[in-house]
Formats: sequence, C-alpha cells, structure tokens
Amino acid sequence: MTGASRGLGAALGRALAAQGTRVVLVARGRAELEAVTTAIRTQGGEAHALVADVADKHAVHALAATASELVGPIELLVNNASELGPTPLRLLFDTDCETLERVLEVNVIGPFRLAKALGGAMALRGRGTIVNVSSDAAVEPYARWGAYAASKAALDQLGRVLAVELAEHGVRVLSVDPGEMDTAMHRAALPEADPATLLAPETVANRLVELLERGNVPSGSRVALSSWGSS
Amino acid sequence: MTALAPATRPRAFGSERLLAVDPARGVLTHHRFAELPALLTPGDLVVVNDAATLPSALCLTSHDAELRLAAREPSGEFVAVALGAGTFRLPTEARGPAPSFTVGERVASGALMATITAVDRDEPRLLRVRFELDGAALWAALYAAGRAISYSYLEQVAELWDVNHRFAARPWAFETPSAALPITFEVLGGLRRRGVELGFLTHAAGISSTGAPALDRRLPFPERYEIPDETAARVAATRARGGRVVAVGTTVVRALESSALEHGTPRGGVGEARLVLGPGFRPRAVDGLLTGMHEPGTSHFALLNAFAPRPLLEAALAEAGRAGYLQHEFGDACLILPR
Repeated sequence: MTGASRGLGAALGRALAAQGTRVVLVARGRAELEAVTTAIRTQGGEAHALVADVADKHAVHALAATASELVGPIELLVNNASELGPTPLRLLFDTDCETLERVLEVNVIGPFRLAKALGGAMALRGRGTIVNVSSDAAVEPYARWGAYAASKAALDQLGRVLAVELAEHGVRVLSVDPGEMDTAMHRAALPEADPATLLAPETVANRLVELLERGNVPSGSRVALSSWGSS
Repeated sequence: MTALAPATRPRAFGSERLLAVDPARGVLTHHRFAELPALLTPGDLVVVNDAATLPSALCLTSHDAELRLAAREPSGEFVAVALGAGTFRLPTEARGPAPSFTVGERVASGALMATITAVDRDEPRLLRVRFELDGAALWAALYAAGRAISYSYLEQVAELWDVNHRFAARPWAFETPSAALPITFEVLGGLRRRGVELGFLTHAAGISSTGAPALDRRLPFPERYEIPDETAARVAATRARGGRVVAVGTTVVRALESSALEHGTPRGGVGEARLVLGPGFRPRAVDGLLTGMHEPGTSHFALLNAFAPRPLLEAALAEAGRAGYLQHEFGDACLILPR
C-alpha cells in the first residue's frame, strides 16, 4: 500500500490489518508512517513501514523484495500514493512542464513500476489483485486539475489494458474512485470545501475492503466508492 | 572445443536463442526462445524459482575489502565470502588478498553494520556475519548499501533490474537464477495457452565463484528452499498423468530433487539443498531442464549430465559454439528434455 501515512492510505492500512491482513505500508515521511504502523500493532495487527518515494526508480526493487520478504509473496498491491502538484492548483497553461512530469512519475510511472515488480510473481501464481486509486478528475474535465486529471486517466487506462493482459493469469486489476474525502490532499486542493459534505477516509476504506472481500467485481472495472454499496 | 562467447550485456527483448537437446533420440534443434511453448506438450509442468536476487555485494567502508553474501542461516545470520577490494571489471580470482577478520570484529558498508560471528578454520575468507538491524530496517539498509553481483565480462555493471527476472518475489537469491531471464510475459501466456501448467518454488541460489579454487570446490553451499504445497501437488499430478516436469534452472532441480531424496517425492515445505548432482544421479522428480549454456568442468555441466549423456552434451556445446550461442547470465538457453 503506497501513500499509506495519511488519508485513505492510512485508513485502508488500518482497515485491512483489522481484518487480519498483514500489511506493508509505504510513504515518504517516516514519522507519520511509523505512527500508523505503531497504531496498527497496538491494535494487534501486523504492519511494516517502508520509507520510499514511489517515483524513485532505484527504490522499486527494494520495496518489492522487502515487502515480499516481510509478509510473503504479495497478494494485493494498492497504488494509492498521489501527487497533485503545487497548490493552489493552476490552470494547465500556468502549469510547469516539470510539474506535469513529476505528477506523471508519481501517479503513473511509479505505480507501473511497482505493478511490474510485484505482478510477475502474481501472474506466475495465477492469483493476485492490483488496485489503482483514481479520481473522478480522470473522467470529468475540471479546470485547474489538468496534470492530476491526465495522470489519473492514464492510470485508469493502464489498469484496463493490464486487466485484459493478466486475465489469463488470474490477476485482477481494479480502478477505484474514492470520491471526495476529508483528507490533507483535498484540503490542499479545495480549502474552502465544507468538511461536513466530504466522506471520511475510514468510510471509503471500509467499502474498499468489503469490495475486495466480495471478489465479484470484474477485473478491469472502475468502481466509484462514494456510491458503491449504498444502493 | 571452442569456448562460447559471453553475453556482455542484458539481452534485447526476445533475442535469446534456444537449443533443444533431446536425450531420448540424441537430436539437437535450433529455436528462438519464444518458441518454448511449442516445444512443450499440454499437461507438462514448468517450475520457476521465484527468488528475487538481492544486492549481495557489499563494498566495505570499514575495510579494504568486499563482502559477498552467499547464504542465509536459519538463525538469521549470513554466510559471506571476503574478497579483496576492486571493481566488477576485475575477475574475482584477480582481486588482491582479502584482509583477515576475527570473530567479534565489526564491519560496515555505509550505514549497514555487522559483526563477524565465525571465521572458517580452513578458509579464513569464509565468514559468518550478523547484521545489527533486522526486519524492514535491515532490508532497507542492505538495499541502500549493496549492489547486485556483477561480472567482469559485462560492458556495464549489472543493476538489480538486469539480474531480476519478471517473476521475482522474496529476495532469497545471492546471484541471479538466470534461466528465467528470457521468459517474457509473451512466453508465459504462450505456455498457459498451450495447456502447460506453471509451478513455482523459492530457492536461495548461492554465489557461483569465490575467486579461490579451494573455496570454489566447496560450492554450492547448502541452499535453503521452500516448495509450496500446491507446487508439490502439481509435480505429483503431472507425473501421475504422464506429463513432464520441466525445471527452469539448476536451482529448481536442486530444490525438487533434494526434497525427493529426503521424502521419496517432492513435498511442500522448507528444506536445505545439500546434494550435488552429477553423472549417475537419477532424477526422481524432474524430467527436463531449461538452463543456460554450461561448459565442461563447471558444476552446472555436471548437473546437466544427470539429464543427458556427456557425448550428447559435448555435441550440443559444439553445435552451440558453431552457431554463435552466447553463455553466462544473459546468454542463450538450452532445453534438455526427452520428446
């Protein structure tokens, strides 16, 4: 699980660990990340903290191998880490090309590298799940969300093609849109939003855990968690 | 016999060749590696070693030396071989003398610290070390300090992404289990569509060379392996229906045959491979082997001899040499399997 030190990633780590999953949490900030793993262990769960930047090419083999060594071959990869770029968000033509590059590195290339590093062992075993955390910005053209939106659209389509290619190996690839959550990232992007109108990350995390447990969502699907399970 | 040229760099996608050796009929045929699925039969089982290759070469900052991790003991301590300092361009046997170490001495490779816990009586370069970290912190420090073992015949130093095959999981291998390197997802899908089953195990492939003949004669060191229950069951089911069990690499042979020697047939669980296969060894679990090109005099060639008579292996090598096959980690492949 990447981007696991706060928001949806931390909530999902806690939710998975609470139902007995051994989790390896990845984030850039050690202090925040270790606070999450410590809390999980206090509750009796198993969690490991790996400090890394998912955009760092040199970190990927260490991440994949260490995670596999700590909890056994990986059955679920959640690509949750995301980069918005500088906030307040800017119009696309006010966005530096380097910002777009960085956003694509974190939101597309990093997840692809990790999926490659872990997905081969999944394919060999004939089972495994890759979840990419997306956004409705991948579908809707919101002004000022261009770099992030383009990266999430690319991540979605990467996942859909992977789902087709990995179907014969029994590996599932899902894209989930968590909806608007009360997180640090959301506050950075839209500081004026009323928290009362936003979903708690814990609520979204529990929905995702339930979705994964049910296991009946077809590979390649894009699931909007803000409405999933409520109907 | 002319020696095969070494592959001096990771191969371009799909460029490996495959020499099929049929020991039943004594026939050799040339193929592209991508044709592997067509050389197998529905109902065959292909078993891959899913060990990731860890950065086992540690350049010491505390001593003028390099430590090469070579095995991990159940206690969590590592077996290591000390080499004189030098870059990968210097063959191990051309390195200068390694310093002598004493039990209790501390060594460092950057931020990674360890204590020497044993020095071999006959071979003082053969050590046991205990790292001062464990869990996630140990692996983070090891990956930060270490490099993949590289080879003097390579144009550039090997990186982890060069030596790790596509299906790697736990970091158990000290040198690359290279036989799986040419297996692309294209080939993996081809095997499934052909009706070939896939199996996996994890085998801690050890180091291939220490640079000292006396120490090299003690290779391979005992190597731990883990065979999943589902792989053991697939091996039994494959043999029961008359299919063939094809090992990808000599490490898979060592794991399956070690387990078969101990239990009569490969069984799920963790073990330690100690056997050295050679002529006269009769495989009980493995019918054929996908491997690199190995020359007489190497332990790998001796292992191949358990699957095909020596004259046929020599003829295969001569044919490979004539056809320009490459050897070593990024080299071409050889399938020894009765048709």
